[in-house]
Amino acid sequence: MTAAVLPLPRGGARHLTGTGTLIRLALRRDRVLLPVWVLVVAGAVSGVERSLENLYGTGTERAELAADMNANGSLRALYGAVFGDSYGALTAWRIGGYAALLAGLMSLIIVIRHSREEEETGRQEALSAAMVGRRAPLTSALATAALADVLLLALCTAILLGAGRPVAGSLAFGLTVALSGLVFAAVAAVAAQLTENARHAKGIAGAVLGVAFVLRAAGDAAREAASAGSHPLVWASPLGWAENVRPFAGDRWWVLLLPVGLVAGCVALAYALADRRDLGAGFVRPRPGPAHAPASLAGVYGLAWRLQRGTLLAWTVGFAFAGAVFGGIADGAQDIVGDNTGTRDLIRRMGGHPALTDAFLSTLVGMLGLICALFTAGSVLRLRDEESNGRAEPLLANTVGRLRWAGGHLVIAYAGPVLILAAGGLAMGLSYGITAGDVSGELPRILLAALAQVPAVWVLTGLAVLVVGALPRLAAAVWGPVGLVIALGWLGPVLKLPQAVLDVSPFGHLPKLPGTDVTATPYLWLLALALALPTAGLLALRGRDLD
Amino acid sequence: MNTAISVSGLHKSFGRTHALDGLDLRVAVGEVHGFLGPNGAGKSTTIRVLLGLIRADRGDVTLLGGDPWRDAVALHRRVAYVPGDVTLWRNLSGGEVIDLYGRLRGGLDPVRRADLLARFELDPTKKGRAYSKGNRQKVALVAAFASDVDLLILDEPTSGLDPLMEDVFRGCVREERERGRTVLLSSHILAEVEALCDRVSIIRNGRTVESGSLADLRHLSRTTVRAELRGPGADLADLPGVHDVTESEGHVVLQVDNDHLDPVLLRLAEIGVRSLAGSPPTLEELFLRHYRDQDTDAPLVASR
Repeated sequence: MTAAVLPLPRGGARHLTGTGTLIRLALRRDRVLLPVWVLVVAGAVSGVERSLENLYGTGTERAELAADMNANGSLRALYGAVFGDSYGALTAWRIGGYAALLAGLMSLIIVIRHSREEEETGRQEALSAAMVGRRAPLTSALATAALADVLLLALCTAILLGAGRPVAGSLAFGLTVALSGLVFAAVAAVAAQLTENARHAKGIAGAVLGVAFVLRAAGDAAREAASAGSHPLVWASPLGWAENVRPFAGDRWWVLLLPVGLVAGCVALAYALADRRDLGAGFVRPRPGPAHAPASLAGVYGLAWRLQRGTLLAWTVGFAFAGAVFGGIADGAQDIVGDNTGTRDLIRRMGGHPALTDAFLSTLVGMLGLICALFTAGSVLRLRDEESNGRAEPLLANTVGRLRWAGGHLVIAYAGPVLILAAGGLAMGLSYGITAGDVSGELPRILLAALAQVPAVWVLTGLAVLVVGALPRLAAAVWGPVGLVIALGWLGPVLKLPQAVLDVSPFGHLPKLPGTDVTATPYLWLLALALALPTAGLLALRGRDLD
Repeated sequence: MNTAISVSGLHKSFGRTHALDGLDLRVAVGEVHGFLGPNGAGKSTTIRVLLGLIRADRGDVTLLGGDPWRDAVALHRRVAYVPGDVTLWRNLSGGEVIDLYGRLRGGLDPVRRADLLARFELDPTKKGRAYSKGNRQKVALVAAFASDVDLLILDEPTSGLDPLMEDVFRGCVREERERGRTVLLSSHILAEVEALCDRVSIIRNGRTVESGSLADLRHLSRTTVRAELRGPGADLADLPGVHDVTESEGHVVLQVDNDHLDPVLLRLAEIGVRSLAGSPPTLEELFLRHYRDQDTDAPLVASR
């Protein structure tokens, strides 16, 4: 009997054998995740596009909006510079940066999920034992992300064309979003080669995304309002490139060559690294650990600290970095008044320069608070991760009650935001204090303002505890409300959403610090919620079956 | 009889799946009790109820005199558990995990820890994923055997261990019994249960189908007879209680119900016997008997 021999491709193509099957596997696994991401991003674009048309109906209103936004450093930091006052240009300004950021986040998650995560869990080993080429896993991961980005390109372009915007600008917008996604897909492909740990790989790629955002924000805040050219910091950031394509305001196609070049470079690097390593291995060799546990690993609290301290440290350093950068540019807020001495005097008399800088600082502090919600949600979800991966079960078979087990991780979920925001506030206060020449005056004010965000963050911590306790199967859905709160905080004010909608977010109830009086009432409500939600969640956790 | 584990009429469903359907289990203090069943029979679900990780829908469960759901934490001071699939934290070394579990059980014996590490040939400095499946299993086994507890609950603990390590494992279980500890050993490896267990409970589809000492169970079953005969043995198949006769070149192998042994031996003697071997049923055969006929009421058809 002769065995049937399948024809094998020769040359380089044999490394790609099985890519198609792996892509189908990835699409099958992501059948919910991928459409949700694409629809959320496209939905945001569509929503912003429509609201702008409703809110700023006349050319005068749009010109005023553009001028106002460009005049204020904090708003430029948040949303980027405005390059025109057409509907299209305003849409690109308002949502283009976020669409690019979200596309990047989506793409990096998809790539790590289908490359390093598959290797770490050992699933890739079984797949690669079949007729799967050496380069097929990375190729299929990149292709899946690329497919999602192409969908975004098509949807964004179609939405803008459907609204009657010019073809060139619509296409430039779509390409900008899709290419930003691809940039971070390629960055993630490199990160996935470096470390054996998928969580670390996501962290590395996420840090690149975060730095890109901070550079873009700082550059836009520091740019001189009058000049047309972007600050060098903006040019150093892939998200800054996205802004500088300027859809509907010049459509600078050549800028798109920058992300294309970076994608090509990163993908080539990723393949070169992948060819030089073993399956499952990274380039950072894991060192052996101690034969005996240190005294600090004494119980569930020590364990939770051990498991989460790396993440906590990374967030703390990241916030200190962002705080220092933002604090350093805050002094430039006075520039917005321009050179007109009369105006400057007028504003100064009204409480002017300090008030404007405070507005800037409070906006940035609020931004740190919103981002901090991501940390706390992730920290609480560690509980679910431990449970569903079978690591909680043997722990709970010891003399560990469920509440104490949960307590170990919750201490970090609750204390972490305090530490992270303190680091951000401290760095911002220090760097603003130094530039303004008043460290002892500014530092405590800004630190306090940063810490004042904590109760709002805790409400989301509590919500996450409630979901993990009561609806463990839906634990990942916690990201929904967290994303909504961040979106409301970020987009809500300019979209002039009704107060009832803005009130959904706990951050909407915080006083604008520094610069306003603190009232106790909102804090009492937030703290009451921050206590009630986790209490209900822990009661549910105690009464339910463990997965 | 002092009872370590007592379960009666235990029910548990997950959605529409009835994982446990009136299960009974009684484990005496100081015995090694085999908990046998095929995959999906409900062994792990029972163990998770015993550990208070899930709550029974119905039925009475007592563990070391307490309620495993209500008194979970207090009871766990006296219980060590080894899961069938051990997952470790990827950034913790095996030695750290062993110490952590020990501390969470109120301390472990450092001398015994070192002795067990040597016997299981386990390197405690490796981290999480660097361990093979068998070595992850050893981490949990060392942690369990080194702690001072009254009851060990082992859920298919030797999956992934090589035969030499299985031997070490058996030695450890025997030592535990000598020290008066109780062991609940869930398994589908019959040789292991046969070698270690005083009594056995066999479960299927969430229900206990047989329980007793190995001797009790064997009496329900048959003896395999192998004989070299001087004449043709074709008519042996006609005797009552005889099954599965195969004959080739004077060698006969047959199975006979134990209460029909006498006529078979008489007939063999009549034909003339050159050599004769009789073996008690292995647990394998008991097992097959329970699972082969599960859904039919047809008479037993033995495998060989």
